[in-house]
Amino acid sequence: MELVNPGLGLIFWMTLAFGAVFYILKKFAWPIIIQALKDRERHIEEALQAADRAHEEMKKMQLDNEALLKKAKEERDQIMQEARKLRDKMLEESRIKANEEADRIVENAKVRIENERKAAMTDIKNQIAKISIEIAEMVLREKMKSTETQKAYIDKLIEDRQLN
Amino acid sequence: MAIHKGIIKSRSISYTAILLLVGFFTWSLNAAVDEDLPQVSEQTTHEMEKADLNAGEIIIGHIVDAYEWHIADYGHTHIAVPLPVILYDQGEWHFFMSSKFQHGNAAYKGFEIAKEGMLKGKIVRKDADGNFVQPIDLSLTKNSLAVIIYSAIIIFIFLGVAKSYRRRERKAPKGFQSIIEPLILFIRDEVALPAIGKKHYERFLPYLFTVFFFIFFNNLLGLIPIFPFGANVTGNLAVTGVLALFTFFITTFTGNKNYYADIFNTPGVPWWLKIPLPLMPVIELVGVFTKPFVLMVRLFANITAGHIIILGFISLIFVFGQASIYAGYGMSIISISLSIFINFLELLVAFIQAYVFTLLSAIYFGMAVEEHH
Repeated sequence: MELVNPGLGLIFWMTLAFGAVFYILKKFAWPIIIQALKDRERHIEEALQAADRAHEEMKKMQLDNEALLKKAKEERDQIMQEARKLRDKMLEESRIKANEEADRIVENAKVRIENERKAAMTDIKNQIAKISIEIAEMVLREKMKSTETQKAYIDKLIEDRQLN
Repeated sequence: MAIHKGIIKSRSISYTAILLLVGFFTWSLNAAVDEDLPQVSEQTTHEMEKADLNAGEIIIGHIVDAYEWHIADYGHTHIAVPLPVILYDQGEWHFFMSSKFQHGNAAYKGFEIAKEGMLKGKIVRKDADGNFVQPIDLSLTKNSLAVIIYSAIIIFIFLGVAKSYRRRERKAPKGFQSIIEPLILFIRDEVALPAIGKKHYERFLPYLFTVFFFIFFNNLLGLIPIFPFGANVTGNLAVTGVLALFTFFITTFTGNKNYYADIFNTPGVPWWLKIPLPLMPVIELVGVFTKPFVLMVRLFANITAGHIIILGFISLIFVFGQASIYAGYGMSIISISLSIFINFLELLVAFIQAYVFTLLSAIYFGMAVEEHH
């Protein structure tokens, strides 16, 4: 019977003690703890979301980077191709120019050689004529040394004239 | 009723398992009390003539409230802390220390501690006809003092925890805070939120936290067998009754019109169960009072049972020791190992009973504030 016969005093003190615990904790402990937990949970939630967003952004950035890189590569290839073309063109042009120059030089040389040759020929002709005249002079001088010969020749010339 | 069963059913398997465990322990402890205790008493009554050792009386003496805080007996010296007695009788207040009763052997100012009958263990006065009458007794008994000390400890701990929450804003819990936090989260997310619902649960949190930690800490402190701990606080009907009354009053005062409509005009019930004989309303109204009553009895019975078993095992040593000193030594090995086992079980029960009380309170609050379906 003792076990199930609660004392009035204990009920009174228990109500007082539990009421005090309830009142004090409700006023000074639970709101702080509940609020702190809520704040921290929200903070963690936000941090996780932010991390997710950052991850997403990084992925996007990576994709952008890749696209950019691809574009840059293409541009580079294009530039290289153009440069190659330009080089080829320049080479071709310079080759043609060089050929033309060479042709011109050769032509010039040919003209000059012709001129030189002509001059040389004239010179030779003149020399030959001079030498021939000199030889003929010398021959005549030899032939006409004696007076009889001269006389005979003059006679012949007169004779030719008389016949006319 | 169907609603709160539904809530339990919808909870995850682990809670079903916990509830099963609760059921099992409740059953096994109660069964153990039913079977073991009379045996111990029989043995002791049998031995009483020659041995003067009454284990049953010793056990009950350790479990019920007292006007002094008994610590130990050394030889014939009774070591106890006397506590103040506060009585109001016949328009007069009486204040004195319980040591005036000389451990229940003497009367003081006409008051004495009843040794038998309905009022056994209470302070009584013999009236003119020779009947025992009880004065208004507001004495600071053993359990009263224990409740005040443990309450102070609880307040001290939680103010400290609140302080560390304020100081360590947005940081991981540290120290005692990290022991308390999982329990707080458990009560909030697994008890209050599913039982009461998102809309209303926050306003019941302070009470649910308080009641959970109050019961849990008192259960645990009641297991420590050293003064000033070890008082069987939560194994006392006065204590559990006050807790149940708090839950009852909160349920009653927060109940919305649906809650009262469900009681007095239960929907989905044939009209002839309500008029002319208000059968359903009466049943529902009785249910309103049985709910806190069950809360009170469950906690009281579980904690008391645990204490009785532990004390029973310890008493067995002395019961055997009376027969032969060697039997006592031999029994001590078995008894101590068994009481260690029961102590571990009690640690579990301390948590489970606090959880069950809180969960059921939360479910009652949930029924009180439920919106119409």
